[in-house]
Amino acid sequence: MSLEIVGITVLWTFLYGYLIVASIDFGAGFFDFYGKITKQEHVMNTLISRYLSPVWEVTNVFFVFFFVGLVGFFPAAAYYYGTALLIPGSIAILLLAIRGSFYAFGNYGSRRSLVYSFLYGATGLLSPAALSTTLTISEGGFIEVKDHKVHFLANKLFASPYSWSVVFLAIVSVLFISAAFLTYYADRANDLKARTLLRKFALFWSPPTILASLLVFWGLKVHNPVHYDRALDYWWMFALSLICFLTAVYFIYRQKRFGTAFIFVMLQFFFAFFGYGVSHLPYILYPFITVHENVTNPAMGTSLVVAFIFGLLLLIPSLVLLMRLFLFDADYVRGKK
Amino acid sequence: MEFDNVMLSRLLTGMTLSFHIIFATLGVGVPVMISLAEFIGIKRKDPHFLLLARRWARGFTISVAVGVVTGTAIGLQLSMLWPSFMEVAGQVIALPLFMETFAFFFEAIFLGIYLYTWDRFKNRIYHWLLSIPVMVGSSSSALFITTVNSFMNTPQGFELKNGKTVNINPIEAMFNPATPSKVLHVISSGYVTCAVILAAISAFAILRGRRGEYEKKALRMTMVCTLVFSIFTALAGDLSAKFLAHRQPEKLAAAEWHFNTETGADLIMFGSLDRHHDVHYEIRIPKMLSFLSGNSVDTKVIGLNDFPKDERPPLIIHYMFDLMVAIGVFLTAVSALYILLWAFKKKEWNKWLLWAIVASGPLAVLAIELGWMLDEVGRQPWILRGYMKVADAATKGNGVGLAFTLFAILYFILTIMCCFVLSKMFKNNPAEVELERRFPYVDPK
Repeated sequence: MSLEIVGITVLWTFLYGYLIVASIDFGAGFFDFYGKITKQEHVMNTLISRYLSPVWEVTNVFFVFFFVGLVGFFPAAAYYYGTALLIPGSIAILLLAIRGSFYAFGNYGSRRSLVYSFLYGATGLLSPAALSTTLTISEGGFIEVKDHKVHFLANKLFASPYSWSVVFLAIVSVLFISAAFLTYYADRANDLKARTLLRKFALFWSPPTILASLLVFWGLKVHNPVHYDRALDYWWMFALSLICFLTAVYFIYRQKRFGTAFIFVMLQFFFAFFGYGVSHLPYILYPFITVHENVTNPAMGTSLVVAFIFGLLLLIPSLVLLMRLFLFDADYVRGKK
Repeated sequence: MEFDNVMLSRLLTGMTLSFHIIFATLGVGVPVMISLAEFIGIKRKDPHFLLLARRWARGFTISVAVGVVTGTAIGLQLSMLWPSFMEVAGQVIALPLFMETFAFFFEAIFLGIYLYTWDRFKNRIYHWLLSIPVMVGSSSSALFITTVNSFMNTPQGFELKNGKTVNINPIEAMFNPATPSKVLHVISSGYVTCAVILAAISAFAILRGRRGEYEKKALRMTMVCTLVFSIFTALAGDLSAKFLAHRQPEKLAAAEWHFNTETGADLIMFGSLDRHHDVHYEIRIPKMLSFLSGNSVDTKVIGLNDFPKDERPPLIIHYMFDLMVAIGVFLTAVSALYILLWAFKKKEWNKWLLWAIVASGPLAVLAIELGWMLDEVGRQPWILRGYMKVADAATKGNGVGLAFTLFAILYFILTIMCCFVLSKMFKNNPAEVELERRFPYVDPK
């Protein structure tokens, strides 16, 4: 495998990791707020904070990892995206900043206030919307280069049906992924009330998720037919994604094997995300940046890959330890530790 | 001053960094203090120290949160505000940036575990062991990110041919001449700042009448750490000065208002400068600058006049340098005095001395800010010294002013919230009460 393919695969995998863990986190923030305003606080909020408290920081690192890696492997991306995304990027940072800090203020501070959870919940839905615009922009048509200057066409982005379909998909899939995970977590905690409620959420958000996916396909066909045709070449990946989705919903509906159900949700997004990713290649930013022409020089690329391997050797055991202590430790999940 | 993209980008980067380094510094030093306190607590079976570690850790969570979000901000702003710089330098410094993220990842994982497993192990030492990866993670992220900054001061490990970076050697770029002295100085000053901030909190509590064993032990421990770390910091600072004299003479010359190249150069402290570059009202230590630069009064120190006018750093950095050093000396003196009084069983709880300790906390933070400003402003006009000027690196995109305003509001709100939440957190739960709850068998007096 060539260096640029290794690079983009590594980055894409991290982005996928972020998609899953951040979705759980973003959705949990929304459910947390929803639980409070509908006075169902006792049912699921302790459960949510029990899961989130030890891991929220880790979630954030997946994201940092992705953009640092992108700049490292494909420096031209820093130039184009950096120039174009000044305002949308700043807004995304602001949302993430409000989320992260108000989570800490609310959870570690001495007072749990409704304002904190509102900010945390609202930014939980706005952040994926803001972040997903980057993927939209990567399809091309929203950036133009005139006199060696990069211009971001914000109006076009706002007027584009494709862009809105991506935002819609981002929001509903966040809620779906999160509900599916928390149902499983509630099940492990033997918390029947929370499980019932969260299961309802998971089922409620499942049809919009599929609807939104179809909308995105349609939007892509209109916006970037080249990419759409390439996506059809990988139709089997999207078919697998659909099968995984149906399996997951089946398990959740029949109220059994919530863990397996969540694995199928992960697989559903894995196939969809990688199918989307591989059909997007060779472009990182259509039509300006391709993985082949804009990859960093070999010396840096190699050292990044080496650093990456050593990093993983350190991270994987630590992550396993984290999960064993907080995710798969039945006593902790049940609140006995 | 013209508020074009270059100026606005500089202001926004400066604002984000000034805000971030407060929390970043806490992130480097506080885990060390927590770990030390817990270790002493376990070894001496002393619940006061265990409680100390626990309460520090609780406050730490808030500063970590703000540190994480502002760190993410500066990480993205690098590409958004300085895209041309990142396109060129990104290829050379990607390795340390990447490794910094790994270190941060490592720290994040173990910090989460550490904070939620206080009573989970029968043998307390297992919990203490978890603090080691936290310290390793936080100090190595400081190390890696400082190598990036060092690279900007003394770039090496690449060649620039027709605007393209070629012949890249990532390791050589990371271990550039500025790296050793800068890393030592950043880490040791981070440690000392945290020790002295925690000391200031304890001293303040004692002044407010809370004279329990808990506060007294806290103050003694933090003062010892302050003294030890501040001596290290001074040594690292001396190394930095020698490094500057050798490799970045224009920065040292500007910081010292040293215009003509000469041997036996005087050290100038404070004072003012007139239009003809004559110094007035200064404190002058003869031949000291030469001595600092090379351990001998005969060392030749290069003056600012030897550099082209458009490559000279602004002369205001002189005050930043002097204030930083003065604060460092003050911290060392206060902690040394306190320890002497304690050792000779004299008036250790002297009111004035305690107030001096209280003042040391904010002063140490100020010194960190001044030190970084000296470092950053002192390499003007370069963003990549000798290769790329700041003016050529800034974004040409629209909306920097808007972004500046948005972030200014964000940092303002975060500052207020941080103070509010932290003070509430500890006011509502005083140490005596918590001690009784967690260790009911201990007499609080």
